[in-house]
Amino acid sequence: MEKIQLKILAVGREPAILQVVERLINGHEGWAATIVTTDEAAIAAFDKTDFRIVFVCAGVSAEEEENLRRRLEELHPGVVVTRHFGGGSGLLENEVLAILNSQKK
Amino acid sequence: MSNTILHKAETRGHADHGWLNSYQSFSFAGYYNPERTQFGVLRVLNDDVVTGGKGFGSHPHDNMEIISIPLEGSLVHEDNMGHKEVVSAGEIQVMSTGSGVFHSEYNNSPDKPAKFLQIWLFPNKLNVTPRYDQVKIDPLKGKNQLQQLISPDANGEGTWIYQDAWFLSGRFDKDSRFSYERKKKENGVYLFVIKGSFTVDGQLLETRDGFGITDVDEIELLSLEEGSEILIMDVPMKNKIQ
Repeated sequence: MEKIQLKILAVGREPAILQVVERLINGHEGWAATIVTTDEAAIAAFDKTDFRIVFVCAGVSAEEEENLRRRLEELHPGVVVTRHFGGGSGLLENEVLAILNSQKK
Repeated sequence: MSNTILHKAETRGHADHGWLNSYQSFSFAGYYNPERTQFGVLRVLNDDVVTGGKGFGSHPHDNMEIISIPLEGSLVHEDNMGHKEVVSAGEIQVMSTGSGVFHSEYNNSPDKPAKFLQIWLFPNKLNVTPRYDQVKIDPLKGKNQLQQLISPDANGEGTWIYQDAWFLSGRFDKDSRFSYERKKKENGVYLFVIKGSFTVDGQLLETRDGFGITDVDEIELLSLEEGSEILIMDVPMKNKIQ
């Protein structure tokens, strides 16, 4: 059985795009995605899973992103909350690798 | 004093998927180089060749300004905004993907390759209503002078995007000298040689080399070969999201 080493939460307002983000993350060995469409659901998702990365996706405003980041960082120090640009495209893997790379330093 | 960064063509990322042969000036997909992730808001500069009859199936994007510049052949574009267009060499395609768009891009020819530059910029406004545009480039305007392709101004020459960025291109005779003045103090200038060779402030640039310059107002260029072509991208070094 494959061991999940990296748990990623994606929060956005566009379910069709979130589903692609989920598929791409889950397609990567050792990575597992959970997707939610509200900020409250994002906070509640931590009850079941200890996420290391939260991607803020399409439809979330800059203000909503900042509020969510502040709340999650308060509740779960160490979590990285960052915007995913591009919609599940060629940047997703790069964004994860950049976070893991910066945490090594 | 200017700061510069040179990306020689042969040092770019490379992915050959059979149907797609892609050279990447910045980290993209399976190519990740932490030293080469972006130049200001310029995040992706892919030099792609799609084989005849093949292409990118329907897939989403959001919050990215995506500019495609066909260099040879043509692509068929289809999206969920209702556009079905053919974009050919001599034209530029722009998508402001904003709150989200699904699109496909296929080579319009069943047997000839389509070559194009795929360029992505971070937008200065999030979640805008997605927008598609396509414009023709006047080949005469870009002869021995720079022609504006893209700007932030909806009424400007070429087309426009949600970013304080300007793209210009030109095709130059051997020994043509010209200068470029950056548009804004906060911007840097990234130059990409499409064909031929140039010197840029004394730096030799050959085909498909990229060269980023910051902290300088004016750049001096010299074409070293007949018909040398260059693309200039004048982009904010820091993104100011509205």
